Amino acid sequence: MPEDTINLIRENVIQGRITKDDEGMDEGMVGQPGVTELVEQALAEGLSIQDVITEGLSGGMDIVGQKFEAGEYFIPDMLASAEAVGAAMEMLQPRLAKSGIKTKGTVLVATVKDDLHDIGKNIVSILLRGAGYVVKDLGNNIDTQVIVDAVREEKPQFLGLSALLTSTMARMGEIIQALEENGLRHQVKVIIGGAPVSE
Amino acid sequence: MSKDTIAAIKENVIQGRKTQEDVGIDDTLAGTPGVMELMEQALEDNISPQSIITEGLTAGMEVVGEKFSSKEYFIPDMLASAEAVGAAMDVLKPVLEKAKVETKGRFAIATVKGDIHDIGKNIVAILLKGAGYEVHDLGIDVPAEKIVEFVREEKPGYLGLSALLTTTMTEMGVVIGALKESSLRNSVKVLIGGAAVSDEFAREIGADAYCADAFSAVRALDSYQKAS
Amino acid sequence: MARQGILVDRPYERLTGEQVQLIHQSSMDILRDPGLISFNKEAVEVLDGHGAVIESVAGDHRSWKVSLPEQVVVEALKSAPRTVKLGARNPDNTVVMHGDEPKVYLITGSETNIWLDVDFPTYVHKSDPAREIKVPEFKPRRGTVEDLCQSARVCEHLEMVDGFIRNVNIQDRDITEQNKDVNKYFASLNNNTKHFMSGLTSLDQLDNVVRMAELIAGGEKALEDNPIISFITCLVKSPLQLVQDTTDTFIAVCRRGLPVAVSSSPQAGTTAPIKEAGIMAQINAEVLAGITLGQLVKPGTPVLYGSVPVRARMDTLNDSYGAIETSQYNIDCVQMARFYGIPNYSTSGVCDSKIPGQQSSVERLFSDIVVAMAGPQYLHCAFGLLDCNSVFCLLQAVLDDAHFRMIEFLLRQPRIDQAEMEVVLKQIRTVAATPQKLYINYIRPVLRSGELSGIYPFEGSGEADQVFELAHERMQELLAMPVEHIDRETTARIFEEVPGILPRLNVYEREN
Repeated sequence: MPEDTINLIRENVIQGRITKDDEGMDEGMVGQPGVTELVEQALAEGLSIQDVITEGLSGGMDIVGQKFEAGEYFIPDMLASAEAVGAAMEMLQPRLAKSGIKTKGTVLVATVKDDLHDIGKNIVSILLRGAGYVVKDLGNNIDTQVIVDAVREEKPQFLGLSALLTSTMARMGEIIQALEENGLRHQVKVIIGGAPVSE
Repeated sequence: MSKDTIAAIKENVIQGRKTQEDVGIDDTLAGTPGVMELMEQALEDNISPQSIITEGLTAGMEVVGEKFSSKEYFIPDMLASAEAVGAAMDVLKPVLEKAKVETKGRFAIATVKGDIHDIGKNIVAILLKGAGYEVHDLGIDVPAEKIVEFVREEKPGYLGLSALLTTTMTEMGVVIGALKESSLRNSVKVLIGGAAVSDEFAREIGADAYCADAFSAVRALDSYQKAS
Repeated sequence: MARQGILVDRPYERLTGEQVQLIHQSSMDILRDPGLISFNKEAVEVLDGHGAVIESVAGDHRSWKVSLPEQVVVEALKSAPRTVKLGARNPDNTVVMHGDEPKVYLITGSETNIWLDVDFPTYVHKSDPAREIKVPEFKPRRGTVEDLCQSARVCEHLEMVDGFIRNVNIQDRDITEQNKDVNKYFASLNNNTKHFMSGLTSLDQLDNVVRMAELIAGGEKALEDNPIISFITCLVKSPLQLVQDTTDTFIAVCRRGLPVAVSSSPQAGTTAPIKEAGIMAQINAEVLAGITLGQLVKPGTPVLYGSVPVRARMDTLNDSYGAIETSQYNIDCVQMARFYGIPNYSTSGVCDSKIPGQQSSVERLFSDIVVAMAGPQYLHCAFGLLDCNSVFCLLQAVLDDAHFRMIEFLLRQPRIDQAEMEVVLKQIRTVAATPQKLYINYIRPVLRSGELSGIYPFEGSGEADQVFELAHERMQELLAMPVEHIDRETTARIFEEVPGILPRLNVYEREN
C-alpha cells in the first residue's frame, strides 16, 4: 500500500519522529517506524521521490507550520519535525540529481569570528533543512576569509551570518565588505540574525 | 510675659504636645511645659480666653493645617495637635461660659445602630474639637430614638452619623426619617461618613453632606459657619 | 565605612541538604565524564599541570576534551577567598561580601544596544475634547557614550543601588573596537563613585583599563587594596565548553588578581536540560570549572560564583527571564554558592516585557523579591533593563530603585525583644483605658525614624495613574544632580597615559 507509506511519512513528520525509537507527540508510538525507516520503505516500494517529498515531507511540514501558527505547537515540536525532514532529505539527496529534481537552494551558515554562540545558527540550520534547503554549516568563530572562500567555491544562493555579542556583530559588516571586494556580493543573498542585531 | 505664654501655646499646638511629658514632633521642647500646663499659666496671668483661642490655639492649628497640606505633617501629627487643642478647650469651657463667649457650635456624633466601628467617628471628634467645636460623642451602636432625643434636648447645630457596613448604612436614613417625624430635621445639619457611604447615598437619604474623610467634616462645618 | 547591604538573616532556600549534596556530587561526576570541551589551549595546559585528564579531539586541532577529577576541583576551591572586597572611588561605597553571609548588595547590570527614550505626548478625548491625557511613548535608538555617562550619574544618586555594571553598549561613530573599553571604563568611573564591573571587549585593552584604575585608586598597591573595578567573564559556554577568547580574558584578569565573576548562562531546554535537576547539576559544574581554572592560574584570586540560568521560552526559544523557573534556578544557585562559601553573583529583575509597564513591573518585582530573599551577595538586578536584557530605559531604572527600597524594607529583621515588648504592652494597657481606643499617638515617635515604609513614591492624585510622569520627573531631578568627577590632575594623567579616550569625556576641557 504505497499511499499508506506516504501518509505515514506525513503523519510521522507531524509527530516529529526521526526513527522508531522516538516518542512523538502522541503516546504509544515508540517502536513503530519513524520517518527515516518509512522513507527507506518508500524507496524499496519504488515510490516516486517527488511524491515522498511533496506529499510526505512537505505535506507534513505544512501542517506543523499551521499548528505552530495556531499556538498548538511550540518551537521544540517544530524542530523535531524539521529534524525528521532534514534526515529524510539527506537520505534522498543522492537520488535527487538522478531524478532531475531541483532543491530549493543551498544556504551557507556561519557564526562570525570571535563569536562562539551557535544555538541560533544551529536552529536555523535545522529549520532550513526541514524546509528543503541544502544547508552547509561552517561552524562558529569563522574567519571572514574562510567565509569568502566558501562563497566562492560552493556558490550558495544564500549566506546566513549569526552573532550574539554586541562586540562581534560588527564582523557582519566586514564580511559583506569583503564579499564586495571579491566581486561576490551580487551572487549571494546575505541574511543576518542574532540577539544584538536589528533591521 | 503674656505674649510669651501665648506664643508658647501656639508652638506646643504645632508640636502636638498636650502635656510636659509629650515628646512632640522633634525633641526640641522635651521637658518644657505642654499646652495644658501653659493654659494654667495663661489663666493665672489673666490672659483673655479670646486671645488664647485665636492667637494661641487656632493660630497653631492653622500652621498644622498648612504643614499637613504641604505633606510635612501626617494625620497622627494633626490628631496630636487637635487633641492638645481639644483638651485646652475643655479647660476653657467654664471660663467661656462665664464670659458668655460663644463657641463655633455644637456637634453631636454617633455610630448608628448595629454598627460598632468607631475609629472614623473618634478621629472626626478629635479634629472637630481641635477646630474649636463643642463635640458630644454619643458612642457606637446608637438607636435612632436616642439620637432624636439628644437633638431635641441639646439642640446641636450639627449631627454626624457614621457607619462602616453596607448592612448598617440604611440606619442613617432611618435616623433622618425619625428627625423629620419629630419635626427636628430643619434644626440640624446632618453629615454622614464611613467606608460604605457616598455622595450619592447622602442625596438619596436626604443628608446635608457626605464627608469622605475627617478633614472634609471640618471643612463642611466651617463652610456652614461662614454661611451663617 | 562600607555599604550596608541587606542582611537576610533567614534566607529562602528551596533545596534540602540532601539535594544540595546530590547536585554537588552530580556536578563532580559531570566534570569527570563527559568533562569539558576546551577551545582554549592555555586553559588546557593549566589544567593538565594539575591532574586533569586531557584528550585531543579527533580531527580538530583547536579543541580538547578535559576530564576534571573531583580532587582537582575540591583542592582548587580551597584557595577561593570566602570574602571578596569590591572597592570604590568613594570608600564609603565599598562592598565587602562574605560567601557564608546572606547579605545582599544590589548592582545594576548587563549591556544593551538599545536605549529607550521616553516622551509624553498629549492625547485629546474624541467625544470630549476638553479631556486630555498624557501617554508615555518609548522610542528606541542606539546607545551612546553619553547615555552611559547619564546612567552612571543616575546610578550614583539612587540610594538603593550598591554598584554599577555598564549597561549600554556605546555605539558612537568614533567608538571602535580598540577604544571601546577605555571609553566605557572612563565614562562609568568618571560619573559614578560606586564599584564598577564590566566585561572586556578587547583583551589588548586590559593593560590600559587597569592603568586607568591604578591612576584613580592611587597606584598599583592602592588598586590591590581598593579594587575599584572588577570583571565579568562568561568563559564557559553551555553545555560545558571553555571558549577561546573569554577564557583568555579570564586567565589574564586572574593573573592581575582583580575580582572576577565567573558566570555561566545555560538555557534550560536548549543548552541545558529542561529539568531543574539537570540545569542545576550542569550550571554548578560549569561555574566550578571556571573557579577551578581561576584558582589554578593564581591561587587566591577573588572570584564570584556567577549564575545566570534561564529557561527557554517555547514560542521563540529566546531566553525567558519572566519564566518562574528562571527565578527558581537562581534561588537554587544562591544556595549552592553558599554551600561552597563563595560569594554569589545572581540575577533577578530581568523581564521579557519590551517597554516599562504593568508586565515589566510584575515580572521584575516578582523575581527581585524572591531572589533577594535567597540572600545572594551580589545581585545583578537588571536596573532599567527590558526585553530580556536587550533594551535599557532610564525611566525603568528609576522605578526599579523604588521597588528595591520596598524589598529592602521587606527583608528587615523583625524587631521583637523584651525591651520592645515592654514598650508596647504599656501602650496596650494605656489605650485600653481610654474612650477612643486609638494608638495613633504612639505613631508619632516612629513616624520620622525610618521605621515605617513609605507609600508608593509615584502615586498619582485621585484616580489618575501618574507613575510614569512622576518617575520621569524624578529621573530629570536625578540627572540634574552633580556628581563628583575624577579630579582635574588625575584626569589629565589618565588622558596622558591611557590612549583612546574621547576628548569630549574630559569635563575639565569642556569647561574651557
